[in-house]
Amino acid sequence: MQTLVAYVENKPGVLNRVSSLARRLAINIDSLTVGPTENEEIARMTIVAHTDERGAHRLEASLEKLVDVLLAENISTRALLERDLALIKVSADQQNRPHLMELIKVFRARVVDVAPESLIIEVSGTVDKIDGLLEVLRPFGVLEMARTGRISMTRGSDLLQPPAPEPEDSALEATATKVK
Amino acid sequence: MKLTGAEILCEALTRLGVREIFGYPGGAILPVYDALGKSKLHHILVRHEQGATHMADGYARASGGVGVAMATSGPGATNMVTGIATAMLDSSPVVCITGQVSSKVIGSDAFQEVDITGITMPITKHNVVVSRAEDIARTIREAFVIAKSGRPGPVLVDITKDAQQASAEFDWDSCAPKLPPKRIRHNHDQAEFDRAVELLNTAKRPVILAGHGIMVSGAMRAFEEFVRAGNYPVAMTLLGIGCFPAKDPLNLGMMGMHGEAWVNNAIQEADLLIAVGMRFDDRVTGDLRTYAKSARKIHIEIDRAEINKNVKVDAALVGDALEVLERLTPHIKSRDHAAWIRYINQLKGDSAVRDIQSLPDTGHLYAAHVINDLWKETHGEAIVVTDVGQHQMWEAQYYHHNRPRTLITSGGLGTMGFALPAAIGAKFAKPDSEVWVVVGDGGFQMTMSELATIVQEKINLKIAIINNGYLGMVRQWQEFFYDKRYVATPLVAPDFAALANAFGIRGERITTRAESISAIRAAREANETVLLDFRVEQEDSVYPMVPAGSALHDMIRRPQSPLVETASDT
Repeated sequence: MQTLVAYVENKPGVLNRVSSLARRLAINIDSLTVGPTENEEIARMTIVAHTDERGAHRLEASLEKLVDVLLAENISTRALLERDLALIKVSADQQNRPHLMELIKVFRARVVDVAPESLIIEVSGTVDKIDGLLEVLRPFGVLEMARTGRISMTRGSDLLQPPAPEPEDSALEATATKVK
Repeated sequence: MKLTGAEILCEALTRLGVREIFGYPGGAILPVYDALGKSKLHHILVRHEQGATHMADGYARASGGVGVAMATSGPGATNMVTGIATAMLDSSPVVCITGQVSSKVIGSDAFQEVDITGITMPITKHNVVVSRAEDIARTIREAFVIAKSGRPGPVLVDITKDAQQASAEFDWDSCAPKLPPKRIRHNHDQAEFDRAVELLNTAKRPVILAGHGIMVSGAMRAFEEFVRAGNYPVAMTLLGIGCFPAKDPLNLGMMGMHGEAWVNNAIQEADLLIAVGMRFDDRVTGDLRTYAKSARKIHIEIDRAEINKNVKVDAALVGDALEVLERLTPHIKSRDHAAWIRYINQLKGDSAVRDIQSLPDTGHLYAAHVINDLWKETHGEAIVVTDVGQHQMWEAQYYHHNRPRTLITSGGLGTMGFALPAAIGAKFAKPDSEVWVVVGDGGFQMTMSELATIVQEKINLKIAIINNGYLGMVRQWQEFFYDKRYVATPLVAPDFAALANAFGIRGERITTRAESISAIRAAREANETVLLDFRVEQEDSVYPMVPAGSALHDMIRRPQSPLVETASDT
């Protein structure tokens, strides 16, 4: 599993270009999250892909060839913070409810909705932690689940920022349209 | 100044230096055609939109500039798909402009509506829908920059009909291209560069693999200096042909599936491969597990996604070929490869005796003879545009190109039907050059309707059909790998000379070698388009051949006496 971060133009069709590229390279995406950044014109993606280092290099380099992708980087081998968030609806009756509540406490999850026959549990953390909670909840009966997919950030001073916008460039046009 | 979107488009194209547009009108692009009529742009009416994209592609490859194709929405746009994919695979800068239904009805399955940006997303470098007149000029300027910069490729701009009709303020200075900022990647750090220099200076048996990127970069002179500095033998990819003169003793010729044996054997025995502007395509490497096993590899390439894609390399210098070569050449210290070059020349001697050209004229006409005659008669100076198949490989083997951009051929996609329209585009790019179409009887029948375009535009092309009555390359595979079961490869064709006459074009049939040279001479002297229908040996094959998936040195060689094996009456 490889983790890539991409900064992209925040406009329609870009998500399609990114996912279409992965499809074309026959790389299966495990999760892909997109959200705005502090700059509203730029969105940030975390892409978790089923591929090896070589496939990740190809995906990264091919992503950067897309006009709307400002930067793509494979951060799999760096010190990372990763988070996934899940909402899990579990069936809960009067009898097993106390037992459930204890488990939830152990996982530092919380109950966000209570109904006579079920609970909705909110949990965030690493993928492993959520998988772990899911495992212990399964015997109670998991009725529904929604997960956001992973977001990742490199730790500490290892910054991953989008390149600064450049002024309009007519020199670029002159070079590009020059007949070699 | 207030102009309509259609007028803005024509004005922008004119200011970008465009003179010709290859296209076909229709409802959703009509406002643009109305504006075209009032502009100085010359529109070439094609007979099928695939032809328009190949013409724009041929124009781009012959000129080194950007080719422009135009079509209406729906079927007009989808007919462009093959031409766009052809340009994509061969990194050709083509800008395609399509009309789109009005923005108000997009998504309603309106008449002739198709999601052409969706369809062409994986086969364009970039594409975009424009639905406001005020966005047209900037978008077209950006399309040109994208098509031509870095590794070039096709860009499609889909303009809604209401954007063409609406009026907007037009000011050239305030609509300069504004592309998203990109990180500049200095992928080759000093250590990588030093490693490449070290490899160059310690190699005993180096071979350069010269590709299309040298031409795209305009690096021909820098490349020659690099070759001379290191005294390196040079093997060419199909699209690299022309970037280094064929007559140069260091030029070995084409490598790969139909490369000459000495070229492939030199690569397999090399201790260093220096790949410049090429991408280790499967047609070039054969089986990757046995490819150049004793060689270290340096890869000079502008597209980072190509590094380690097919072949793992020891030093990757990502960048424009011109810049990288200029930086490398001063560091070359070792150039003592005389023994290695002598050895390769010995390999060559062995192959030369098998060469079909050395055989006596027995009255039979071979494609290789025709290409050889064409090369000699045109002194290797013509622009030759080929289709795909056997004739294409024979052209690459027997026509010796000395100048860049004189062989135009569909390499990556292998698009049959490419030659005739691409040659029309090439002729518009180089009106003073002699342009020959070399095409098979199969591929010619795919796009021969463009003969009418030639007549309507009154242009002067020379067309050589290598007519063997088969889809020859497929037949050859059936002969070698399917026990001569010729399924769906025998091919009926019209009398091409009579067909040409019906279009108002001079046509002639040639059946013997004795007629070949005089026919080529007469065609060259004519100040009009001439079609020559060369009826060649039907079951001739292209040698050598590396079967798909085999090791590069594992070639099917030319038979010792090909006349006996292939002549139809023996």
